[in-house]
Amino acid sequence: MIETRGLRKSFTSRQGREKKTVEAVRGVDLNVAEGEIFGFLGPNGAGKTTTLRMLATLIVPDDGTATIAGADLRSDPGEVRRRIGYVAQGGSTWDDSTAREELILQARLYGVSKTVAHQRAERVLKGFQLSDYADRKCKTYSGGQRRRVDIALGIIHEPKVVFLDEPTTGLDPQSRAHMWDEIRRLRAEGMTVFITTHYLDEADALCDRISIMDNGEIVASGTPADLKREISGDVVRVGLPASSIAAAAEALEGYKFDTYDDNVRLYVEDGAVAIPQILRALDAADVPLGTVELHRPSLDDVFLTKTGRSLRES
Amino acid sequence: MKLLRDISLIFNRQMQLLLRNPVWILVGVFQPVMYLLLFAPLLKPALGVSTDAEAYEIFVPGLLVLLAIFGGLFQGFGLIAELRAGVIERSRVTPVSRVALLLGRSLRDVVSLIAQAVIITLLALVFDLRVFLGNLLLAYLMLALISLMTSAVSYGVALVVKSEDALAPLMNTVAQPVLLLSGILLPLTFAPGWLQGVADWNPFSWAVNGTRALFRGDLGAPDVWQGLLIMAVLAVLAVAWAAREFARSVR
Repeated sequence: MIETRGLRKSFTSRQGREKKTVEAVRGVDLNVAEGEIFGFLGPNGAGKTTTLRMLATLIVPDDGTATIAGADLRSDPGEVRRRIGYVAQGGSTWDDSTAREELILQARLYGVSKTVAHQRAERVLKGFQLSDYADRKCKTYSGGQRRRVDIALGIIHEPKVVFLDEPTTGLDPQSRAHMWDEIRRLRAEGMTVFITTHYLDEADALCDRISIMDNGEIVASGTPADLKREISGDVVRVGLPASSIAAAAEALEGYKFDTYDDNVRLYVEDGAVAIPQILRALDAADVPLGTVELHRPSLDDVFLTKTGRSLRES
Repeated sequence: MKLLRDISLIFNRQMQLLLRNPVWILVGVFQPVMYLLLFAPLLKPALGVSTDAEAYEIFVPGLLVLLAIFGGLFQGFGLIAELRAGVIERSRVTPVSRVALLLGRSLRDVVSLIAQAVIITLLALVFDLRVFLGNLLLAYLMLALISLMTSAVSYGVALVVKSEDALAPLMNTVAQPVLLLSGILLPLTFAPGWLQGVADWNPFSWAVNGTRALFRGDLGAPDVWQGLLIMAVLAVLAVAWAAREFARSVR
């Protein structure tokens, strides 16, 4: 449904007299299958939004090719626009308009008649449980309601693919869960959904497949389960005072681990067996022990092994 | 065909929003009305004319052109608010014509300017101003072209600078000399030669002269067609440029 090869974009910004070129996206290859929820996971500034905006025809790539829903991005952006929906991160509704007015206008911008536009607006309002507030001004909506209007606007023309840029950022936990259900419903209706997120749990729970992006590049791709399986075994996290990290690193020679400001993470075959050995080794080296946690590898651990940084910290 | 449909879609939405708060049309007309009531009476002796009607014949056209210039130049603020709300981006991912995104808005500005012009003209009638309907309609055409041009320029600049903080001083800097050099408040017949020479390079000065000729009832004066032509050409250029800004990819 979406196929890209070597997508690139850099921006030139001026700081005083100096020109600075930032390579926001450096060669992205993607294959998104029809009818899946595909996620772009990465920290802020990784290039997720830039990639999405290129695919949504809002910015022209410097290099690379992309085919979206059968239309070529470079040679026929107009056709791409007809086939996709795009929901920006910052919202898209006007304070003084009502949801219904916005939806009808949006539908009509895609060329449908007034009657059809009214019917579609009615249908998505019902689908997104917005009927009760449909004729109130957007400024009176809650954050979650407004976000649902944004998404409704993005799919009013029944696109094959919809891009959602950070659809749940800024929502409270309840609205987030609600939004996940809405996104799954879009998939059930046959749409291909492409989301960006910097939430690990969102990528894990919602997405069929993900690509992890960092610093303008994709560092790993696959289903969340496969990616986690790549890191075999368990993760043992030992909390330590910062001053003891160096000593701990020395004592743990032979283990596979990463060190952080206040903890060490070890990747082991079997956590239950490894913990006593680890504690003994640290104790022998006179390292003062804090907390010990055992967990299954998370997407954060995947990110960590690929980039050397934790997504939580970046 | 699609272009016309797109323009009317955008225009209707903008009109709908404008009419939801029609008070802004009145707010916009408040300042010129003050000029009309509190400044114009000074003009009879200053211009050396014998009746109020003559003074208004000179002053009202200038005032209307002033309204068209300023009204248009400050429309960009609304667009920056729309940019911030994400409305423009939302439109840009649809197949809607980019020219329509501009013209739908600019035509709304033209309509609201003409509404204001009518209010001012009616008030001036109370002060014994008399003008032929045909000439008045041509004068309104001139105003429409001016406002189309200035609002397009304002939208184009708004898309480039994307911030109110930059737009306000920029527009003021442009508007101030344009205003002074167009003989809007007082005709430049009183100006020293060098000032008149400079003013000849100000297109709005031609527009003001043309509009004054129309209010005078001098339809045959070359000022009329020259003013209309200059404004029409500039309006086309401004629209073409601003529409390109709508189409250009923004970060």
